[in-house]
Amino acid sequence: MTIQFNDETFRDDYSFRNSEWAIKRFPFPFHEDSYMYSVNMEQHRGGPAGSVYEKRFDVDEHYLAEMKDRALVLDQDPLRCQSLPHMTLAGWDLLELIMECKSEDYPDLFELHRNGNTWRWVNKPMGIDDTFTFLDETTLPYGPMEYITRQAQGDFAVLDQRDDMLWMDAGMITTQADWSLDFDIGMNFFEWHAPVPLAHEKGIFIRALKFLLNIQQGAPARRLNWTMTVNPLLDTSPENYHKWGIQKTELSPENIGHKQHLRVELQTFYRLPRSNALVFPIRCYLCNFQDMMTMPKWGRRLHRVIRDLPDELATYKGFIDNKPMMLDYLSQFDDGQPTSPGIWPDQETEPPLQK
Amino acid sequence: MSGAEKIKVKVTEITPINELVTRFRFTQINGELLPTFSGGAHTVVEMDDGGITRLNPYSLMSDPYDQSSYTISVRRDDEGRGGSLFMHNNVTVGDEMTISYPVNLFSLDLRADKHLFIAGGIGITPFLAQIKQLERFNGNWELHYACRSEALGSYVNVLTDRHPNETHIYYDDQSQAINLVNLLDGQPLGTHVYVCGPKGMINWVRKTAEDAGWPRDNIHYEEFLAPQPGKPFEVKLATSNKVIQVGEHESLLEAMEREGVDAPYLCRGGACGQCETHVIGYDGQFIHRDHWLDDDEHASGEKIMPCVSRFEGKTLVLDR
Repeated sequence: MTIQFNDETFRDDYSFRNSEWAIKRFPFPFHEDSYMYSVNMEQHRGGPAGSVYEKRFDVDEHYLAEMKDRALVLDQDPLRCQSLPHMTLAGWDLLELIMECKSEDYPDLFELHRNGNTWRWVNKPMGIDDTFTFLDETTLPYGPMEYITRQAQGDFAVLDQRDDMLWMDAGMITTQADWSLDFDIGMNFFEWHAPVPLAHEKGIFIRALKFLLNIQQGAPARRLNWTMTVNPLLDTSPENYHKWGIQKTELSPENIGHKQHLRVELQTFYRLPRSNALVFPIRCYLCNFQDMMTMPKWGRRLHRVIRDLPDELATYKGFIDNKPMMLDYLSQFDDGQPTSPGIWPDQETEPPLQK
Repeated sequence: MSGAEKIKVKVTEITPINELVTRFRFTQINGELLPTFSGGAHTVVEMDDGGITRLNPYSLMSDPYDQSSYTISVRRDDEGRGGSLFMHNNVTVGDEMTISYPVNLFSLDLRADKHLFIAGGIGITPFLAQIKQLERFNGNWELHYACRSEALGSYVNVLTDRHPNETHIYYDDQSQAINLVNLLDGQPLGTHVYVCGPKGMINWVRKTAEDAGWPRDNIHYEEFLAPQPGKPFEVKLATSNKVIQVGEHESLLEAMEREGVDAPYLCRGGACGQCETHVIGYDGQFIHRDHWLDDDEHASGEKIMPCVSRFEGKTLVLDR
C-alpha cells in the first residue's frame, strides 16, 4: 500500500494521531494478562503482512513528522547524536544496512544505486537524492550514522563488542524513554542498565548479554519493551525532563483517554558485518488509551496488567502517581472475560465488551 | 536451529600452497554476492564424510570487502579425525558445499593505535583478512610470522612482496625466533597484540605480555581446538530423555546431533561458549579441553562444553 504521511507534531499542540490502520497494527506488548521482565527475544524475520514486524525497518504514517521532530531535537541539542572515533566503520555498516533494507522493502519510496563505491541514495518522501562515495565521510553532509538515522524512524544505539562485553560507543537518541546517550556514552552493558529495578536480581541482564553477544550476521533478533507517556511526546529525555515531567500532573479523568499513551519500543538487534559491532534500533510507537480501547482484547488485558504490576516497576516507568486514575479509566473496559493468548488484537474472534 | 545461518556455495578453485596447506575458493551457488565480514571472522564448513557430518571452522582469509568469493586455507592433519583430510582428498572443483555465515570471535579492536600480529603456521589466515581490512583505512600494523621452514611458509612471498616493511618472517629450521620481550617492549602505547597459532605460542604471548604489564584487554588470541579422539562413553540426556553413546572418533556434540538432538553451537572449537551444557549428575572424570569455562568451572563438575570436551567414567547426565 501507499503510505499517507501525516502532517502532525509531537510537541506544543500535539497534533499526532493514529489512523485506524495504525491502531490495528500497534505493537501491543502484552502476550498475556500479566507482565514481568523476561529475556523475551525472538528472531526478527518478518511477521504477519501489514504488522510492524513485517519489514526489517518499519516505515509508517508518522515517518516525515518523526524526522522533523528529530531534526528539531538535534538543532537544540547536538549531543543526542554521538559516535566515538572507532565507531565510524560501524556507522557505515548501519548506513549500508538501512539503505539496503529500505530500498528492498519499500522500492516505491527508497532507491539505492551502487556502482562500485559510488552510491546514489534516493529518499522520495524526504525529497533526498544524494550521490556519495561509500566509506568516504567527506562526501556526506554528516557522518554516516547521523546521515542515515536522520532518515530512519526510531533511536539507534550502536554498540561495540570487545572482551565479551558490549559498549555504548555511538548512537542517535532523540525519542528515548528517559535515558541519555550523553550520560551513557562509553558505558558497558551492565553500567547503562544499572538503574533498572528487579531485573538484576533475576539474572536477566547476564542472560540478555550472553544472547546479544551471540547475535550473528544474517540472524537479527527482536523484542518489545514498554512504558507510559502523557501526551504524544517522542523526546522524553532526562535533558528535557523539566519540560515534559510536569505534564504528568496535567492528567485528569476527563482527558486521560486521549492524553495517556502506551509507549512501545520495538527493539531489534543486528550484527554489523564490517565492524563486528551490534546495532540496537529502538523504534517507538505511541497509542493513546481511547484508541487502544477500540480493541476489546487490549482493553481487558491492559487493565489487568497495570492492576497487577509491581509498584517498583510502575515507579521505574514513571507512572505510579497516575496509576489509580489509569485503573479507574481502564476498569470500564474490563468485563472479566477471558483473553486469547498472544499480542494480536484478534478482532474477529474476541467478543465485544459485555458491559 | 543451531549454529549460524547457512550459505550454499560452490568450490570454484583449489590451490595447493605447499606440502601441507591447500586453499579453497567458494562462490555462492545462486550467483548472488556473499556477505561482507570483519577481519578475523571464520566460517563453519559442513562436510558429508561417508555419512558422518563434519563441521569444521576455518578463518576467512580473503578481502572482507570482496563479496564475489571467500577463501579459506586448510592445513592437512594426518593424525586428526578426518575433516582436513576430507577437504584435501575428497573435495573437487565444482562441488557444492554448505558453509555458515561469517562469525567473528577474533575481531580487531578498532580503538587500537597500532595492531601487532603474531602468527604461527596456519594461524596466519585470520591476519590475512585483517591486514586487507586495515590497509583500506591506512591502519597501523606489523606482522611477526613464525613458520617451520621456507617450504612450509604459507603466503610468505605475498606478504613480503606487498608489505615488506610491516612483515617479519621467522623460520624454525633456521633457528630464527621472535624476540618477544624486546618486541613488546618497543611498542607504542595504545598497541593491541593479537596471536593466532599453536597453543604453546598463544600461552607464551599471553604470559609474556601480561608479565610485561600489558592490559588484558589489549591482548587478543584465537585458537580453534579440533575435538580429540578418546575412549567411548555413555551419556544420559535428561531433557531429550535419551541415552547415547559417544564413539572414539566423534565429539559429544556430534553424538548428540547424530541422535537428532538440536544442541546449540557456533564455533565447535571450544571458544565461543554457545554449546555450554549443564551437568545434572556424574560419576567419573571430565576431560575439559575448552577455552570458555574457567578453572573453577572446570573443577565444579557443573558444566561441560560438548564440542571439544569428553568424559571417562560410569555415568554422566546432562541437561539437554
